[in-house]
Amino acid sequence: MKKQILKISFIALLILPFIVTAAAKDEKQWHTVLKNQYFSGQTIEESKDMIEIDAPYRAEDPALVPIKITSHIKQTKERYIKKMTVFVDNNPFPFVGEFEFTPESGKADIAMRVRVNSYSYIRAIAETNDGKFYMNKKFVKASGGCSAPIGADLDAAMKRLGKMKFKMKSDIKLDEPMLTQLLISHPNITGMQMDQVTRFIKKSHFVDHVNVTFNDKLVLSAKIDIAISADPNFRFYFVPNKEGKLKAEFTEISCESPVSRDICSSGKSYSMTRIIKP
Amino acid sequence: MKLLFLVSLLLSQTALAVSTLAIERLAEGVYVHYGEHEFPNKKNHGAIANIGFIVGKKCVAVIDTGGNPAQGYALKRAIKKVTSTPVCYVINTHVHPDHIYGNIAFKKSGVKFIGHDKLARAMSTRGHYYIDKANEQLDLDLKAKHIIPPDLPVKKMMTLDLGGREIVIEAHPTAHTDNDVTVFDPQTNTLWMADLLFMSHLPVLDGSLLGWLSELNRLEKMSYKLVVPGHGKVVTDWPKSLKAEKNYLQTLLTEIRVMIKQGKFLEEAVKTVGYSEKSKWVLFDEFHKRNVTSAFAELEWEE
Repeated sequence: MKKQILKISFIALLILPFIVTAAAKDEKQWHTVLKNQYFSGQTIEESKDMIEIDAPYRAEDPALVPIKITSHIKQTKERYIKKMTVFVDNNPFPFVGEFEFTPESGKADIAMRVRVNSYSYIRAIAETNDGKFYMNKKFVKASGGCSAPIGADLDAAMKRLGKMKFKMKSDIKLDEPMLTQLLISHPNITGMQMDQVTRFIKKSHFVDHVNVTFNDKLVLSAKIDIAISADPNFRFYFVPNKEGKLKAEFTEISCESPVSRDICSSGKSYSMTRIIKP
Repeated sequence: MKLLFLVSLLLSQTALAVSTLAIERLAEGVYVHYGEHEFPNKKNHGAIANIGFIVGKKCVAVIDTGGNPAQGYALKRAIKKVTSTPVCYVINTHVHPDHIYGNIAFKKSGVKFIGHDKLARAMSTRGHYYIDKANEQLDLDLKAKHIIPPDLPVKKMMTLDLGGREIVIEAHPTAHTDNDVTVFDPQTNTLWMADLLFMSHLPVLDGSLLGWLSELNRLEKMSYKLVVPGHGKVVTDWPKSLKAEKNYLQTLLTEIRVMIKQGKFLEEAVKTVGYSEKSKWVLFDEFHKRNVTSAFAELEWEE
């Protein structure tokens, strides 16, 4: 009897790590929910040829995980990536954002900082202008990113809300895709940071749309959600084909539940422009 | 075999519950328990910080209660061995779990909890997350009742009369966290700095790098006989011993500012900033990258 138990537990010991690994690295959420919800009936090619996603395997701060999606084609009028959708599979609200690009974007690269609530794949799906879909994914070990406390210095963050900054190198070359960083000051409250004393779940309060234009032509349009870290930070390209105005606008929204977008009310909108001289 | 397991489990639980806390007398009426430099885990149950108390003629003031309820009870027993004077005040130096999870051991009528004006808010926005993580990371079963907010919030300064001895609680602007207080005992010229000072344990940034450095610059000019850090041994050569922490924070500041100016990104900063400091600290690998991340996110909004 005793021997048998020992034997069973020994086998269990051998098998267990594999079960755990399999469970941790599963793609159930994608196959059973997300794919149908967002890409019903579409064929999605999984490859690194069109886009590649880069993220740290183990995140230092789950509320601030830097990810970067690099595209491998140039944005031309004939062929370009028109939309990129990003998910953190196992987040309470997996949808991170939808990013729309144009030929004027130059390059459909996008980098951002996200919240990761448990071990999960982060995946990006690109749609090209000819209606094809390409996917790349990366597994990230992190936990607690969505419920993690609101920024270290909340008062400073609230005071700064709405501020924006563009950052780029000073030598701007004519007609060449220019890497640009957009910093938005906003606490991007997930609504999962519960008040322990009152048991009152705070509403989520986050940036839901960001638009960037150059001389009124769309460069980037993003529909985003609570998985974006506090103080949203994006890197992308645009093509300075002459002197002009680079403009960023964002709107915020407040929702009753962290995981449903049924009852929401929109808040303020903010904008900022910068003169670009190539 | 099963029985044996149960018995040993019971024994270990009991051992945990009645263990006495090693304390050291630093000065007349000032006592500390030194925490080990370890990452909070399921083995140490989060009991890793320096905690202690100051004894007056009428009252004892507890300074931080430890990383779990059992450590709080052990501290309570240790106080009883030293003095029959009752505990009137419990000071929480900031919101971090290794300093507040023993609070429940001292909760009774007549005992006032004291903390920074912003401590209650920090406890309420973090409490849920902390309780969730306590089980998973520290093997502790905590409930909302274990997070005890202050009865007396300190906005700037507060003097407590312990009977023949007055101590001064000072609330600091955002530094290590946004809710740090320090405790000054004029009678022995001791400053209990808690986590505004780390000795040999890597400083952990969860507030403002600029704010922390500016508080250190101010405190550096004062003269104290003893300074008690939140982690590490007591300091008797103030401000000389502050140098290591200041160097580390200053290195972060200088190197991150350069990277931001050069248009470098967070991902690069995490890989390159501050590694000259690695050999000087314990738990560098556990906290450094996170410190860089937090400092970078703060400094990119500098004008």
